[in-house]
Formats: sequence, C-alpha cells, structure tokens
Amino acid sequence: MSFDNAYEAIAEAHPEGDARWAFGTGFEDPLSGVDTTVPDGIDRADLASYCLMLGDDALVLAQRLTEWVTRAHELEDEVALANIALDLLGQARMLLARAGTVDGSGRDEDALAHFRPEDEFRNVRLVELPRGDFGRTVAALLVFSTWRLALLNRLTGSADPVLAAVAAKAVKEVAYHRDYAARWAVRLGDGTEYSAERLHAGFADVLPFAEELFTPHAVEHRLERDGVAVDPAALRREFDEVLDQVCARAAATRPEVTPVGTLAGRAGRDGIHTEHFGYLLAEMQSLARSDPEATW
Amino acid sequence: MVTGGEVDTSAARAVAETVTDPELPMLTLADLGVLRDVRPSGDGGVLVTITPTYSGCPALTEMRSDLQRKLNEAGFDDVRIRTELSPPWSSSWISERGRRKLAEHGIHPPDDSSAGAAGIPGTAGGPVPLTLEPPRRRVSCPRCGSTRTERTSEFSATACKALYRCLRCLEPFEYFKEI
Repeated sequence: MSFDNAYEAIAEAHPEGDARWAFGTGFEDPLSGVDTTVPDGIDRADLASYCLMLGDDALVLAQRLTEWVTRAHELEDEVALANIALDLLGQARMLLARAGTVDGSGRDEDALAHFRPEDEFRNVRLVELPRGDFGRTVAALLVFSTWRLALLNRLTGSADPVLAAVAAKAVKEVAYHRDYAARWAVRLGDGTEYSAERLHAGFADVLPFAEELFTPHAVEHRLERDGVAVDPAALRREFDEVLDQVCARAAATRPEVTPVGTLAGRAGRDGIHTEHFGYLLAEMQSLARSDPEATW
Repeated sequence: MVTGGEVDTSAARAVAETVTDPELPMLTLADLGVLRDVRPSGDGGVLVTITPTYSGCPALTEMRSDLQRKLNEAGFDDVRIRTELSPPWSSSWISERGRRKLAEHGIHPPDDSSAGAAGIPGTAGGPVPLTLEPPRRRVSCPRCGSTRTERTSEFSATACKALYRCLRCLEPFEYFKEI
C-alpha cells in the first residue's frame, strides 16, 4: 500500500472496519462476550460501588503514571511505566464496565471515566497524589502494587465470577509491577546518598495516605460478609512483610508518619479527595467533555 | 459452509486457526493459546471462544474482528465470539510450534518451567515471585546463542515482552515474559 502523502493514508477507507488501521479505534465493551450474570444474593448496588472503587484506583494511577511518558530518565523506564499504566487501564476498563452494567444505569466505561464529577470517584487518595520525582513515583508504586497484589490474590476467590476472573488475570500483571517498584526501591535506597534521600522523601510523602488502604468502607464490610469483597484490614500483615523485606534490602527505613486525616471519617472511597485530584480529572476528561459525541 | 443445517466445526476450526496475532504476526492465535474453542453455537452458527493475554492488551478488538472476518469470508455467516476470562491466559499455553516461531524471529520464548508460581494461586508458571535477586531465567541470545545476556527492562514494546541485550554480540532482543 503506498500513498503520495500521509493524509491520504490516514483518510483511506477501510471496508472491513476502522479497527484495522490503528489499535485503539473502535473500542468495544471490554466485557464483550463475557457472561456478566450477577449471582443471586449479591447486592447489585454494593457490587457496582466496589467495582468502581477498585476500577477508579487503577484508572487514576494509570493516568498519573502516563504523565511520565516523554519525561522519564531512561527509555526503558518510560516504557515500563507506560506498560504498567496500560495494564492498570485494562483492569479499570473491565471493572468500570462491570459497575455500569451491574448498577442498572447502563453507563459504559467512557461515561464513568469522563463524565463523573470528582466527588463520585471512589479511588483512594494515594493514587491521585502528584507524581513528584522518580523517588516518589517508586515509593507510591511500591505501596500501591504491594497492597493491590495482596488484595487481588484474595479476590480470586470472590463469589462474583467476573470479579474473580478480573482478579486472577490482574494478579499476574501486578506481580510484575511490584517487582519493578521493589527493584527500583532497592537500587535507589542502596545507591547514592542522594538517591536514598529521594526514596526516603518519597515514602514520607506517600505513606501518610497508606492508612486509608486498610480502612474498610461499609460497602466492603457488607460484601466481605457475602464472600464478594476482601476486608482490606486483613491485608496489612502481608503489606508490612513485603515492605520490610524491600526496605531491609534497600538499607532504607520507613519514615514514621502521621496518617492524613479524614473528613468526619470519610475519605477517597466516599468521594472526598485531595486538592490535586481536580486537576488530574480536568486533564483526563477535557477532551471527552469538549466533544461528547467523539468516538475513539 | 453450512450443510443440511449442521455446521462443519472442523472446517471452522481450521479457518480460525489460520488467524494470526496482530502484534506477533509469526504466531497464530492458536499457537498463542488465545483461541480456546470453536464449536457449533447450537442454532446453526459457530461459537468461537478466545481469551485476552493481558487486561490492557489493545490487540483484542483486532483479534475479534480478524476472526469474524476470516470466518465470514470462508462462508460462516453466523459467528459469535465469546471472551473467556477464567482461567486467565498463561504463557505456558504457547504451543511448541509457537515457541519455535518466536525464536526464529529473534524473540526468546518464555521459560515456563523455571518461572515461580509462589503466591499465585491456580497458575502453573506465571510471574517470577519477588526475590529482589536478578531473575533466574537462563536466557541465551537468539542471534548468536551466547548465554552472556542481561535484562535491560522487564517491559518492552508490547505488554507481553521484556527487553534483553546480549553482552557478546551486543544486540538487543526481546523476551516473551512468563505470565
């Protein structure tokens, strides 16, 4: 296939469908062809909220990590961070699609990602923090992926078959994310005085938001009773063991921090976010909102 | 290809098995283990079951439309494509032929025998568990065969590959990750 100029190539008609000429055009429901029946006895509203929580965690961190594209210190790490973001985006797409069908609203993944206001996002605040320098990104990714891997491992036994299947796939992906963050934590912590200082500062910025990861929401409590969700408080031991192992190898100490406060007990899972989140959403949602009819 | 109301499943399977992966065109979806099943749908059509490799794999839509098109062209008008998420796809499902093809094209196939499955329930093979040591894979350069290789990144141009370099011939090459 040859063209006189690039515009002709772009404008070429594809009788077999636009999906041919570039990945990413003609998105379809990520759960297309999957049996999405909700088992009897599972509260649909709670299940939808829970899918949003875990989906929003992944979506928002994917958006933050993508900021590193064109800015990372080495091509290999740029590719790594972009791949990690892509895995998380894939997990988010399935979870958001599940939420939109289960709650009966019929909203698809795009409607949920681009047309919800800030206070309807259910992600923990940790994932929305500014990416900071590479030391902070490594600290945040280590904390998040260690926690999420522990959660997903337990979620593979969920009474909701779609959640269980999404988790079983995601477990393998997040194992690589944790491995990446852990190796970089060791390299920075056990590197130069400066690199160790940056890792330490990263932990100091991020760890105050870790407490929220282990605080069960009422929805998680109820669904945990029904065998659908995981009680996040039960993840703390594994989380501490992994972080201690990494810190020992990195010759790093976990800074003593005071957990950031909540708003009368409410935090990210209730739609209470940090001042950074609005800017992230504005960037993520601006294109879809400026042209709501657009497809991609 | 419907004769007397019955679908010729083996013919449909033969067609589906020729469809290649959009990112790794040397592999068919059957080699990759993405194509799980081809069977009659019960109402005169064909039911094809596939499974995604990675949650975010952007090629899945392409795979679906390729399967649909190839089967339509072969005369199967009623084709439904089902996505099966469980059990999750594993690199250990790549066929022997697929492994050979990867190596011939300079991509080191996954070493699913040495990959640790610790802490990953229900999977044979899978990601290497957190050891903080250099990976224990034995990776030889697909170009010169030297075992003096080093990993440059666990991530590469597609979700499924890692990046290595050969310390003897100095060429970079890709490694298909265990998952």
